[in-house]
Amino acid sequence: MSRPVLVLNARLLDPASGLDCRGGLLAVGGRIAELGPQVTGALAPPGTELVDARGLYLIPGLVDLRAGFGEPGAEHKERFESGCLAAVAGGVTSLALLPDTDPPIDDPAMVEFVARRARQAKLAKVHPQAAVTRRLEGRELAELGLLKAAGAVAFTDGFRALADARMMRRALAYASMFDALIVQHPEEPSLAQGGVMNEGPVASRLGLAGIPAAAEVIMVERDLRLLELTGGRLHVAHVSTAAAVAAIRAAKARGLRVTCDTTPHHLLLTEAEVEGYRTFAKVSPPLRSEADREAVIAGLVDGTIDAIASDHCPQDQDSKRLPFAQAAFGVIGLQTLLAASLSLVFAGRIGLVELLRRLTVQPATILGLEAGRLARGAPADLVLLDLDASWTVTEKSLFSLAKNTPFEGRTFRGKVVRTFVDGRTVYSAEDPG
Amino acid sequence: MIPSTMGFAGKPVFARQHLLGIEGLEAAEIEHLLDLADGFVELNRQSEKKLQLLRGRTLINLFFEPSTRTQTSFELAGKRLGADVVNMAVARSSVVKGETLIDTAMTLNAMHPDLLVVRHPDSGAVALLARHVRCAVVNAGDGAHEHPTQALLDALTIRRRKGRIAGLTVAICGDILHSRVARSNILLLRTMGAKVRVVAPPTLLPAAVESLGVEALTDMRRGLEGADVVMMLRLQSERMQGSLVPSIREYFHFFGLTHDKLRAAEPDAMIMHPGPMNRGVEIDGPVADDINRSAILDQVEMGVAVRMAVLDALTRPLRAQG
Repeated sequence: MSRPVLVLNARLLDPASGLDCRGGLLAVGGRIAELGPQVTGALAPPGTELVDARGLYLIPGLVDLRAGFGEPGAEHKERFESGCLAAVAGGVTSLALLPDTDPPIDDPAMVEFVARRARQAKLAKVHPQAAVTRRLEGRELAELGLLKAAGAVAFTDGFRALADARMMRRALAYASMFDALIVQHPEEPSLAQGGVMNEGPVASRLGLAGIPAAAEVIMVERDLRLLELTGGRLHVAHVSTAAAVAAIRAAKARGLRVTCDTTPHHLLLTEAEVEGYRTFAKVSPPLRSEADREAVIAGLVDGTIDAIASDHCPQDQDSKRLPFAQAAFGVIGLQTLLAASLSLVFAGRIGLVELLRRLTVQPATILGLEAGRLARGAPADLVLLDLDASWTVTEKSLFSLAKNTPFEGRTFRGKVVRTFVDGRTVYSAEDPG
Repeated sequence: MIPSTMGFAGKPVFARQHLLGIEGLEAAEIEHLLDLADGFVELNRQSEKKLQLLRGRTLINLFFEPSTRTQTSFELAGKRLGADVVNMAVARSSVVKGETLIDTAMTLNAMHPDLLVVRHPDSGAVALLARHVRCAVVNAGDGAHEHPTQALLDALTIRRRKGRIAGLTVAICGDILHSRVARSNILLLRTMGAKVRVVAPPTLLPAAVESLGVEALTDMRRGLEGADVVMMLRLQSERMQGSLVPSIREYFHFFGLTHDKLRAAEPDAMIMHPGPMNRGVEIDGPVADDINRSAILDQVEMGVAVRMAVLDALTRPLRAQG
């Protein structure tokens, strides 16, 4: 167990409890022992590490609903070590890993593998999501119960939509027995087939095959009907269109157990990024129109969208230095999740506490994790954040093995100074490791 | 005889390293290329056709997708200007061995060509390749994006027949969705002041097609009404059966160009087609062969002249260095 740590002179901010005060936080045995204005150096047990926060924000570590590494099968794209370092450097202390590896995470032994590799990397907490269907093929249910018992926090076929309506119905129904969460990649595959970017004026001018916005809402609306039929729990991943936001808003109003997230790139970027055939802007779902982007921001602000996820998808140069249609989908995002999201705060679109709620306690609640809050007894997963410091996204500043960020060259305000996991310093900006 | 517009005096009107598309070209640049090409038309009609402008220069025709016509046209253009021309059909060599486009570009770059003429099945691929070579690159067609020399040769054909481009009404008919010829022509014709309509079934129109600055119609007769120029596009065989249009028969019925449908157009409307034609699919044989209306063989002739003009214009800075 790590030695006790006492953070003093911090601005404590906890979206879950509404705590917002100057004070300190003491962590003992990896958990928060005491926090608040009353915490002083006098509380520190012998051998305590003292950290002077110099007035910086101390917030709960971020919980990322969805990130992918390359292990096993594509270790050259991302290892647990590199991916987890990118995570903690970005303030992410817990992440839910995608199952679309090779082989996929569709067997309890693979869940164990993830747990072991995360223990070895010893940085962020990695929670495996497991496949809904064997080999992610969409035909036979994976062993959802055994996978959940082994530690899977949610079920998804990752990058592939569960296309077959009967299969989706069965997955939702069967999973409801364990109160397990089914996560859908909402895209009607036959409608999106062959598409490489958002359908619209830019695609038409560039001569690229489009993916219509309707491909998303058709799948979302179908799944909402199936959810009504089965009474399961559905999470809609990376919502990118105005129509899908509206459909989910209406479903929540009807009381359905549905949650959803979006990504920083869908909040900040549009299809215009593809101009010049930039393959780092090739992502699934595609970057959409400005009207869609605005609707997604509105959905985030009004609570329709519960969380922001990185959707971290590392791709090596050989997968991206290709003609646009041939290039792989995906962008990295773990290290930029917080900083990119914060730009909405600085643009006056959402309050700091409300934004952080969608990055911490809300995703933690969706996954059923004991994470994302500053509270006595909670794990001491913490981020010391300097909201006045800026940094520029460059190849060198990114710890991921892959460098496929759509934010290259951007300067973001808001810098992670130090990250703790279970009270242990896993990242320090002065000594990034 | 050397065409009179050949002289290099003052600031060049067309000062670009590559010709990757019509997008971004100004009307003056297009006019300049057409003027240059006009001169080469006369040269090509003489028995002695060879110039020495590109003597000692190497042109590589790099075709990732077969096209006998375009490749031959560029080959002739290069040879008539005195260049050494090498044809590479990449579809059958490197790609099969797993070489990437950028590898191919860097390999060819190391051979020090002066001009690369590239066709590729993917939109944007020629621009990607151009970033990795030092020589001039001509886009000979990239996916559904652009085919700039086709638009230039079409413009030259129109200008020679009609005496102008500005103010004309041009109807482009057929598979707009997959057509780089349509995109380049729309850009060029609009830059030169023509009014452009596209005519196709909705399944062959790109999304938000009006954003390209054209009027879209699905009724061929209405689309041809008052047209000065009718441009037909080739419907590729894999798109004829079922998924985008039900059958050749049905397509021809509604969108095949016949003398009957042509009556809606101006009496002196000219008919164009980038070739190769599918007679009985997008165009009726007798219309294609109507020497009073069809400019299809003129287009082929203008193709060589336009490509000579492009090769000439792109190598001028190089030649000025000596």
